[in-house]
Amino acid sequence: MTAATVQRVRPSGFRISKRVLPYLLSLPALLVCIGILIPFLTSVVYSFQRYRLSQPWARQFNWGDNYISFFTDPKFWNTLQVSLLYAGITVVLELLLGLAIAMLLQKRSTLNNFISIMLLMPLMTAPALAALMWKLMTNPGFGVLSYLASLIGLQDFRWASSPSTALLTVVLVDIWVYTPFIMILLLAGLRSLPTQPFEAAALDGVPRSFVFFRITLPMLTPYILTATLFRLLDSIQQFDIIYAMTQGGPGDTLTVFQVEAYLNFFQSTNVGRSAALMIILWAITYFLSNIFIKNWLRLRERARGQA
Amino acid sequence: MEHTSLLERILRGIALTLVVIFFMFPIVWIFMMSFQTNETILRIPPQLVFEPTLANYTALITGKLTTVSGTLDIAFMRNLWNSVFLSVTSVAVALLLGVPAAYAFARHKFRGSEDIAFTLLSFRFAPALLVLLPLTLYFQKLGLANTYFGLIWVYQLICLPLILWIVRGYFEDIPADIEYAYRIGGHSWFATFRKIALPLAGPGIAAAGLLAFIFAWNNFVFALVLASADKQPVTVGALAFITSSGIQYGQISAAIVLSITPTLALALYAQRYLVEGLSLGAVKG
Repeated sequence: MTAATVQRVRPSGFRISKRVLPYLLSLPALLVCIGILIPFLTSVVYSFQRYRLSQPWARQFNWGDNYISFFTDPKFWNTLQVSLLYAGITVVLELLLGLAIAMLLQKRSTLNNFISIMLLMPLMTAPALAALMWKLMTNPGFGVLSYLASLIGLQDFRWASSPSTALLTVVLVDIWVYTPFIMILLLAGLRSLPTQPFEAAALDGVPRSFVFFRITLPMLTPYILTATLFRLLDSIQQFDIIYAMTQGGPGDTLTVFQVEAYLNFFQSTNVGRSAALMIILWAITYFLSNIFIKNWLRLRERARGQA
Repeated sequence: MEHTSLLERILRGIALTLVVIFFMFPIVWIFMMSFQTNETILRIPPQLVFEPTLANYTALITGKLTTVSGTLDIAFMRNLWNSVFLSVTSVAVALLLGVPAAYAFARHKFRGSEDIAFTLLSFRFAPALLVLLPLTLYFQKLGLANTYFGLIWVYQLICLPLILWIVRGYFEDIPADIEYAYRIGGHSWFATFRKIALPLAGPGIAAAGLLAFIFAWNNFVFALVLASADKQPVTVGALAFITSSGIQYGQISAAIVLSITPTLALALYAQRYLVEGLSLGAVKG
């Protein structure tokens, strides 16, 4: 405010205020940034330390030991494998399903719009609560899904409490929550495509499969990429659904990165190992998000251009 | 333009019906369970017809559960209040911090502006526990552990990037000439911001606020790590519910229904902006 009054009296003051103003406006956000960067750097430091909350006196730098021990640690390889498997399966299935649903709903009609809004409801449900809902439905005593499974001959289907079906169950919950995310993005993409190529193809009697693979898919690629990378980044870090459903169990069936780090920190109080796990996960997401941001910026520019 | 055979239309209809059943069934089922007594819930096969009861909801609201082994006090309403308070305050703070910054990023390309914007954006994609685990230790030292203040601060990780990036897009859509014209009329930048930019970006700010509210409400891991029972929101509270013995399934269902209703209602209200918000402005709805 003072800058503004100065400006009216003395025009030269305007230049200064104009240069300082943006910094002033973004200062609070900047401070929050710094507030977050400090714990991030702390994590880096922890990851190079032998640090257990139960033995604070034995805390010391062991440099790369936490990381080197991962190479020979079957638990780490299990974590890496489960995380990648979980992310891979959920993203592929959600992409296929989301694309299929988006194409079913492509035509603008009252019914289609209504359905697409309804399908948003799982996405707006807190993932942790969604996991609880599915936990109730898959309860061996009264769960409706356990009952349905028994109807089709799967007696005593144990869902999340059996190591062989635990992954399947959490993937199912993930699909339930996040497929609408891909669907809604691809639907927006499909509906924004220019109509001329499709009209031309229809006039020429081009087969539908050709139209899909040679026109629809290529034109939709930026949207598919954005949706995929968004999901991939979230999925490889999945915590809520898995923790609420099984706490990483049974055994270590579902100890994905964040769950493993959480258990390491709070149960085995091994801060060093937990931090090292998070740094590795961060490196993976950083690599992915760099690809992501480039593509996403391009799409964003285009969306702004259309506005 | 499109020639669809009868067969294709039937197949499409069946596919859509299956999709709707898969995605709506859990919500409908939990909703139904919340109006049932434990007896009807435990009946096999599951019942579609039952006498609805409000007992689960009254138990939650009064905080007294009658179980086989006597009455049990539960603090679910406390969780619900925590969720409301944490989400509303976090969004308010994020708007206060984020809207001016978004304006600065949109209007002034200053040195480091993109860097700050991208650092904030990268929080959206960084693993939450990477920051949370050291923070728990810091918070214990600073006395911020299990305080609303600490939680609201951490919730900025969710709300601030969202608001900054969405609102920035809306500010960029306002032609700068309108603002210049107003400035030339002798008004200060603040007056321009308040009288021109804010009203024009109003719908975007509202949408970003609603989305940030939904994400704050749905968050689980922050409060799980940083809050103990009396500060926990519904997402964490409901989990404690299911593991504690003696609480009836109908009551858990009722708690879930109460916990998801606010976000579902808001989402229906704000659905026009969801696409844009979820993709941080990359895709226009």
